Amino acid sequence: MAGLHKPHDYPGMLIVVEGVDGSGKSTQLDLMRSWLIQEGYDVFFTEWNSSKLVKRTTKLGKKREILTPSTFSLIHCTDFSDRLEQTIVPPLQAGMIVLADRYVYTAFARDVTRGVDPRWVRDLYSFAVRPDIAFYFSVPLEVAMQRIFRGRPTLKFYEAGMDLGLSRDPADSFMKFQTRIIEQYEGLVDEYGLVVVRGDHPIERQQRRIRRIVTEQIKEKSMHPAGRKDK
Amino acid sequence: MKAQFLGHGIPSLLDSTLQGRLIVLEGPDCVGRSTQIRLLQDWLERLGYGVVTTSLCRSELAEDGLSRAKRGNQIGRRTLSLFYATDMADRLERQILPALESGFIVLSDRYVYTIFARYAVRGVNPAWLRKAYGFALVPHLAMYLAVDIDVLAERALKAQKLGFWECGMDLNLADNLYDSFILYQKRMLRQFSKMVKEFDLTRVSAHGSVAAVQRRLRKKVRALLDVKETELEDADVSEPIVEGIAE
Repeated sequence: MAGLHKPHDYPGMLIVVEGVDGSGKSTQLDLMRSWLIQEGYDVFFTEWNSSKLVKRTTKLGKKREILTPSTFSLIHCTDFSDRLEQTIVPPLQAGMIVLADRYVYTAFARDVTRGVDPRWVRDLYSFAVRPDIAFYFSVPLEVAMQRIFRGRPTLKFYEAGMDLGLSRDPADSFMKFQTRIIEQYEGLVDEYGLVVVRGDHPIERQQRRIRRIVTEQIKEKSMHPAGRKDK
Repeated sequence: MKAQFLGHGIPSLLDSTLQGRLIVLEGPDCVGRSTQIRLLQDWLERLGYGVVTTSLCRSELAEDGLSRAKRGNQIGRRTLSLFYATDMADRLERQILPALESGFIVLSDRYVYTIFARYAVRGVNPAWLRKAYGFALVPHLAMYLAVDIDVLAERALKAQKLGFWECGMDLNLADNLYDSFILYQKRMLRQFSKMVKEFDLTRVSAHGSVAAVQRRLRKKVRALLDVKETELEDADVSEPIVEGIAE
């Protein structure tokens, strides 16, 4: 277990994006993905909370509203463990690029906000592979809120952090919840060397910066596009 | 009594006050745990205690998902140990702790120690496992049914319980059930005996008749609950009562 504090020694590259809902991370990840594919790289994509084996349990817990901070944390870690094993590590071993929409930092920020012990959740995820690059999309809360409410008017129970009892009004609860998550994320930037991207900058400006950083990392690892190698 | 946790517990539960007691019965497959738990429950209820029983993979949250995951062979060992942790935490927070707070005795058929043994044998990092299960409550009494491998094998054969998991067939230790059972359970017993010291488990011999083992267990429970031995209780662990209760 190399863990989160040491670089992995797989030939592939792991790039993750982090940030609150509405920070623009998924948009940037999509752009990064099409660019890398165009450049000829083999790209794998994985997102938080998507393991086939575990998802139905998470859904059941959310639907019945029986998840506590610790079971919320544990079921997401179970999901992550399964994906790491099935969909993240194998492509890294094969020398491919893996893009992850949210990674362990989501758990560190969100679960601690929910009230689990910060040391415990870090120990729990200590088997994770350290990303080659972890982008954190930093946005003022109002910007994130505007983006979210434009596309998604109703908030789900856990999404709004209603289990924390911060407010009876879902929108108000969501605001308070997200504010606290942002505080946690900001602490993680230094702790784990996350690369901060200003999510309120123009989309293309963010993407230019991301591509520059990814290109440097590709050079450093002497990776070559699979498509081009053969030609 | 304030609740104590194995490691970094759940912050919101650190101040729980427990009126009841958590009593754990540990031991390998086929040793006779379930029979003994049933007898302990009957006895405690006769003494007037409220008793709740629990065992692995019995949570509202994870029972279904975990059972499904185990059925295939897609799921990795670390992932499975985390799924069990989800199951354990759900039962702990929504079943075990509330019962203890209301003064019940909770009898747990297996506990974290089985998970630690199972996954240590399967190559999951033991130090990590202990930290991951740091939320688990330290039992007030954790009894370990100790048994020799030949006695265990005899019990497994008699009960016709040489199944895939009891034999650890996933570990490819042997090409047949019996040999695999011996090799696998020996490894499990080694893990359990290491944990007797580490976690201060109360070792109780599982050799002899069901009644004899039950008497040994009751002695330990009596000491914990500060219950005096009476003639009446002694009479109810005679052989005829326990006969016919299959493991």
